[in-house]
Amino acid sequence: MNDLMSVVDWSRAQFALTAMVHWLFVPLTIGLSFIVALMETMYFRTKLEKWKKLTKFWMLLFGINFACGVATGIILEFEFGTNWSNYSWFVGDIFGAPLAIEGIFAFFMESTFIAVMFFGWNKVSRGFHLAATWLTAFGVVLSALWILVANAWMQYPAGMEFDPDQMRNVMVNFSDVVFSPVAMNKFFHTVFSGWTLGGVFVVGVACFMLFRKSNREAALMSIKLGGWVGLIGLLLTMYTGDGSAVQVSRYQPMKLAAMEGLYNGQVGQGLIGIGVLNPSKTVDNQEDPMLFSVEIPYGLSVLANHDAKSFVPGINDLLDGYTIVDGNGDTVTDLSYTEKIARGKEAQEALARYHDATAAGDEQTRAEALQVLRDNYRYFGYGYFTEPSQGVPPVALTFYSFRIMVMGGGYLLLFFLAALFCAYKKQNWLDRRWIHWVGILTIPVVWIVSEAGWVVAEVGRQPWVIQDLMPARAAISAIQSSSVQITFWMFVVIFLGLLIADVSILCREISKASKKEILK
Amino acid sequence: MIKAIYNFYAEGFRSMTVGRKLWALIIIKLIIIFAVLKLFFFPDFLKSKCQTDDECADLVRQEMLNPDRNY
Repeated sequence: MNDLMSVVDWSRAQFALTAMVHWLFVPLTIGLSFIVALMETMYFRTKLEKWKKLTKFWMLLFGINFACGVATGIILEFEFGTNWSNYSWFVGDIFGAPLAIEGIFAFFMESTFIAVMFFGWNKVSRGFHLAATWLTAFGVVLSALWILVANAWMQYPAGMEFDPDQMRNVMVNFSDVVFSPVAMNKFFHTVFSGWTLGGVFVVGVACFMLFRKSNREAALMSIKLGGWVGLIGLLLTMYTGDGSAVQVSRYQPMKLAAMEGLYNGQVGQGLIGIGVLNPSKTVDNQEDPMLFSVEIPYGLSVLANHDAKSFVPGINDLLDGYTIVDGNGDTVTDLSYTEKIARGKEAQEALARYHDATAAGDEQTRAEALQVLRDNYRYFGYGYFTEPSQGVPPVALTFYSFRIMVMGGGYLLLFFLAALFCAYKKQNWLDRRWIHWVGILTIPVVWIVSEAGWVVAEVGRQPWVIQDLMPARAAISAIQSSSVQITFWMFVVIFLGLLIADVSILCREISKASKKEILK
Repeated sequence: MIKAIYNFYAEGFRSMTVGRKLWALIIIKLIIIFAVLKLFFFPDFLKSKCQTDDECADLVRQEMLNPDRNY
């Protein structure tokens, strides 16, 4: 058992490391491809050479990031096959189809048109080049769509049926998988957050130019365009983030409770604006969950259900089950984890009976077992728990990551408003050194905020690999933890090298550009 | 047509500056990923344990109905 948990933990750590490093590159690719396409559109419309030169400069930075980031996601697929083989088999074509479409269609599209983007200047018509740039940006987003569809399915499994003969979930409705509310919301939330990150990067690099006292016009044009893209991206990220909260409340209430450090929910539940968790609080004791907190009255009920009188369950409510009449007179109810565990075990026993009956040719027992399995399948994963508390995610990491994401988002809103205000109304302020520093230092901040968002999404749904159906310990392969440890440390070295290469090439090109006039 | 496409790429690659460095990085990375990591460290676990889909389904069933048994 100890070695099992060690394999699970190391595999989780390895997957988290790979995903987080991959995510360093992806949002910048999404954001910069869009910004570059907009810049080239400006060139196409105005025919001004300065827009062309500006486009080429940002396109170069886009290319560096694309080259460093490309294929880092493939390692995640290796990990599925080696470390998470039960999971890979269990999800079958549902996970495989979106990933295959991503690999064949979207990535192929990006790769084709990116060549025209970089090699096609003065060789193809302006219109064709612009189309290639937009198609590259579109391909990047399409790539993200399929990956996010696969991820969303893990958070909200839809459009499938479990086939006990194949031991696989079989896709029965492709559109339910692709257009599930969670997938659509996650897709737009992610893409818009990429625009935000791209906007910060452009404004920050432009501030570096100003810091070096060079390329003032290019910097100003970049701050204006990057600032607008970032601001619009951020507002849309906030809007879709609100949609995410509603969906998390509906489909992953335990994650929402962990995000808030909420143990005992109530009707008209407040939202913790700022707070410090009590580190000794567990589900087994009666201690106060917070050492300090400032609460926004009714905030969580509004956030989760868009209804100030609604009930939001806490961790204990979810573990113990509840039937409550909310402020609107509606009865809301949920089974206890003890009951869900019992039904999950019933489903697993039915699966074993089904298999035995199939081998023995006992049709009646087979049919009965199949019915029991289907009736209880939605609780299948709970059958792996020996006690309800095993279903609680790491509260502190989820709680603080959520606050980093939200507070960081608030800061970025001020940042973009200030950047645009300076660029349009107070251009002389852009000569102040501290403003340059704010712009430059916001670049790492936006990455931290973006990564924190994924930590909320992925840590908050633990222990589930597939929500309610498969916890991590059932998904893992029977491999040795030592082999996972070796590859974990190998990845640390490889990724570190890759990051150093990416950042150093980017910095060198930005520094080189700051020593000349890129618009001349 | 094919010649034009070939020339397009050939000239593009020839005129690259930073791009050469990036291509070198991509190629090194792909070699590490596919020729080292995939080959030596990330075998397909199920393919190494079962031959047919039915065998794999059986193996996964055994694993999932008793996930602690091999540890």
